[in-house]
Amino acid sequence: MPFSPKLPVPSSTRPWGLSKEHRISLNGIDFIPDLSGALFAPEFKALLIADLHLEKASNMARRGVHLPPYDTRASLMQLEAVIAQSRPEQLIFLGDSFHDDGARERIAEADLARLRALAESAATIWITGNHDPHPPTDIGGRIADHVVLGGVTLRHEPKFLDADEFEISGHLHPGSAVSQRGKRIHCKCFIADSRRLIMPAFGSFTGGLSISAPPFRALYVERNFHVWMLSRRAIYKFPGKRVS
Amino acid sequence: MKGESALLISPTGGGKTLAGFLPSLVELSEAHERNGIHTLYISPLKALAVDIARNLEAPVLEMALPVTIETRTGDTPHSRRKRQRENPPDILITTPEQVSLLIADPGAAHMLRHLKSIILDELHSLVTSKRGVLLSLALSRVQSFAPEARRIGLSATVADPEALQSWLAPTGNRPVPLVMGSAGAAPLIRILKSAERVPWSGHSSRYAIEEVYEEISRAKMTLIFVNTRSQAELAFQWLWEANEAHLPIALHHGSLDVGQRRKVEAAMAEGKLKAVVCTSTLDLGIDWGDVDLVIHMGAPKGSSRLLQRIGRSNHRLDSPSEALLVPSNRFEVLECEAALQAAKENAQDTEYPAVLKLDVLAQHILGRACAGPFDGHEFFAEVTRAWTYRNLTRADFDAAMDYVATGGYALRAYEKYAKLKRREDGLWRLTHPLIAQQYRLNMGTIVEAAMLKVRIASVKRRAGKRFVTGGRSLGELEEWFLSQLSIGDTFRFAGEVLRFEGLDEFGALATRTFDSDPMVPSYEGGKFPLSTYLAERVREILSSPAKWKTLPFQVQDWLAMQREKSVIPRAHQMLVETFPRAEKHYLVCYPFAGRLAQQTLGMLLTRRLERWGAQPLGFSASEYALVIWTVRDLSLMISSGRLSLEKLFDEDMLGDDLEAWLAESNLMKRTFRNAAIIAGLIERRWPGKEKTGRQVTVNSDLIYDVLRSHQPDHILLRAAWDDAADGLIDIHRLGSLLKRIKGQLLHRALDTVSPLAVPALLEIARESIYGEAHDALLAEASGALIDEAMGLV
Repeated sequence: MPFSPKLPVPSSTRPWGLSKEHRISLNGIDFIPDLSGALFAPEFKALLIADLHLEKASNMARRGVHLPPYDTRASLMQLEAVIAQSRPEQLIFLGDSFHDDGARERIAEADLARLRALAESAATIWITGNHDPHPPTDIGGRIADHVVLGGVTLRHEPKFLDADEFEISGHLHPGSAVSQRGKRIHCKCFIADSRRLIMPAFGSFTGGLSISAPPFRALYVERNFHVWMLSRRAIYKFPGKRVS
Repeated sequence: MKGESALLISPTGGGKTLAGFLPSLVELSEAHERNGIHTLYISPLKALAVDIARNLEAPVLEMALPVTIETRTGDTPHSRRKRQRENPPDILITTPEQVSLLIADPGAAHMLRHLKSIILDELHSLVTSKRGVLLSLALSRVQSFAPEARRIGLSATVADPEALQSWLAPTGNRPVPLVMGSAGAAPLIRILKSAERVPWSGHSSRYAIEEVYEEISRAKMTLIFVNTRSQAELAFQWLWEANEAHLPIALHHGSLDVGQRRKVEAAMAEGKLKAVVCTSTLDLGIDWGDVDLVIHMGAPKGSSRLLQRIGRSNHRLDSPSEALLVPSNRFEVLECEAALQAAKENAQDTEYPAVLKLDVLAQHILGRACAGPFDGHEFFAEVTRAWTYRNLTRADFDAAMDYVATGGYALRAYEKYAKLKRREDGLWRLTHPLIAQQYRLNMGTIVEAAMLKVRIASVKRRAGKRFVTGGRSLGELEEWFLSQLSIGDTFRFAGEVLRFEGLDEFGALATRTFDSDPMVPSYEGGKFPLSTYLAERVREILSSPAKWKTLPFQVQDWLAMQREKSVIPRAHQMLVETFPRAEKHYLVCYPFAGRLAQQTLGMLLTRRLERWGAQPLGFSASEYALVIWTVRDLSLMISSGRLSLEKLFDEDMLGDDLEAWLAESNLMKRTFRNAAIIAGLIERRWPGKEKTGRQVTVNSDLIYDVLRSHQPDHILLRAAWDDAADGLIDIHRLGSLLKRIKGQLLHRALDTVSPLAVPALLEIARESIYGEAHDALLAEASGALIDEAMGLV
């Protein structure tokens, strides 16, 4: 029987458009994963973004690696589109929004103006990350170590959880792979069990760390989790045992 | 050829290597001052360089000539390089990459100022790749140190000697003279007339293995060429299964451990082997012994490739080489027939030399800067003296310079982090000495898939736990292949069936098994695309039943059936058949344009069919045919005038449709990655070294996406496009196909599949793609899982 795939009806369509099909629930609260890598909490009208890594290219340029200096612009354009679609009242960045503390100095004027407009469009919180322990203070919004949203803690690095704790974090840039018909398909992904959700990195020059890598093994027991893989046109959900 | 540049063409075995050295030896035989390199000999293979040195030392010693000979390859230790710099030998034997490294050294001018001769061996194999392009730039530089040095090119027979003569010209405008060696006796070539049934499709010649084995038994020593590594592994295994007499039969391909390969080569040279199954790794090289038969399993894909491989046998000019072609399917029978006729006429179909690659130029610019400060105008003049860059515009040169200096971005963000800067004296300089070190690690134009070592492991059990420790290395395999294995999976490698035991920090571990059927196949199609020239001949044979007489009866029957059930197209026509089958509708066409061009055609046609409402479901491209299957009845769409084939195959598909597809094409991304590595934008991955250096890598796909949407005219995107057009998506060939078939479509609406279409349909199960298929595959994977969960399966 020849392989004749019917193109799936995408559950959400790149570049933006929140999934109508997929819901990730923590502590009774629904979170909607977006194909861009953002996460939306409709109850709170909150949009969550992890690991933007703004000005990563210019950071590398200092070492003579001249990657295209358009990564910040590309990330911001993507973010603007998600915001236009979801109209959040709260905008929460889960850390590593800036690739390093020098990013503020290097960011282009036009991009800075864009970023300011974004931060003004909603109540904005910058959670600190290991890359940006001191996010710029002149962009708008508040700076926080962590945020609690409906009993779910939002922080940069995943922590060991107490029995009654729920958490959404970033930091690890999860990515997973599925093998089908001898082809292996890698994508960024959301990974979650009933208590812990880790978001993919949003930034345009950020990659993925395999969910089989040691850090994930320490955070999830066995493979009792699901991943939501971000492909080109749609999000696909798989149980942890099916992916690597 | 005294003191003059020349191109020396002769079939392999004409002793041309020694002829190249003769003038140098004559000049050096007279007492001379040792004041730099006299002769630079450049070979495409490291192993060949070492052998040449050995072969040359013998007569020099015998005649007691006062000549020093040394080699310089990737393996040459640092101390010896240093000594070579201080006290250069008369003759330096080296590889193209080493020449580029040599001229990036500030001391190069001193070492090369008295250079008299440059000998380029196996030039035909170098000029068609980026290696050759980089070498041509390096030679231009060398010639600036030693304007008088002659260039002697040694080559096998090529389709277009004039191009090579021009390539060699030291100033890029006056082709060097051509010296033709004697052609020798014409080879005796046969096609295996198997008593067995020739398969309809596939790339395996298993049906003929008994007959091949008999041929091996009769000959003194046989070289068995196949097109891919996995075919080599299979053929080797089958031969051993048939090997009742325990003949010494060995295996040789590029992934095997170097030590293992050298052992096989040595055994051949000593005449200890009866046969060697090999890939293109043995295409080049010096005499490997008394080979008296060359067997080609699978079609040779090109006439020149076949002739060169046949030339591997019988290095004596007076007696003919003997070769046997073993087609692996029915279309290949036609292809072998075409190749045989072409070889009899000594017709050549080598590719035209590669020219003007912007990524290679960028690498050369950085190398130039490593050698010391330079003037931009002088350097431009030097670059354009290379025939390969004679058409380089100053604007493109400046763009390449700008790219090397600051990345070449319209948004001038990196001026302060520049690698090159022009100082007050007008000269360009490196901004930091570390950049030269980086260049040395990353230079070269061969970009390989990431490979991992495969080692034989021993397994011990202690306290119920398995302890796996690695031992001897068997060779290297692609990382993508190994990463899809689970522990316990079996696969075929290095002539054995192995069980995967996991990865450690050095690579993959495996144990031997006694399975004969591995679980994980490593299927690859033919590696080389069918040459345009052979394709033309195949179409001709197909179109004229008078020429079928020499074909095996089964193949004659097959073609006769086609004539009866459908139609045999004329040579200038392209047949398009449409028919229903198993609730789907098929379109099969026969462009004979090679897999790559037809794959691109398939992508573009399915886009159009989708737009025009035919609801395509998938397609599959082989070397000869393209199959597309749809939901809608194509025959009806055509007869009712809702679908025009002329419009479907119109050249305008190379406009917007191509552009839209390329935007997300993985092939384009792969090509971009290669250009980005060659141009130094991203660093090479050195297996094992990733952990030590603080290497920062960003996935090249992400770079491609961002660059494409923000600066589509960037020099690297242009370089990648240029490569893809020739290479992976083969636009040039597709373009000339579309031009050729304009008004020459022959359509047949059939009730069922035609005989000619059967092989193409059989290929479908093997591999097929729709678009880039990632979404489709993921949907399928998640769907299959739901079915399982719901108990539907």
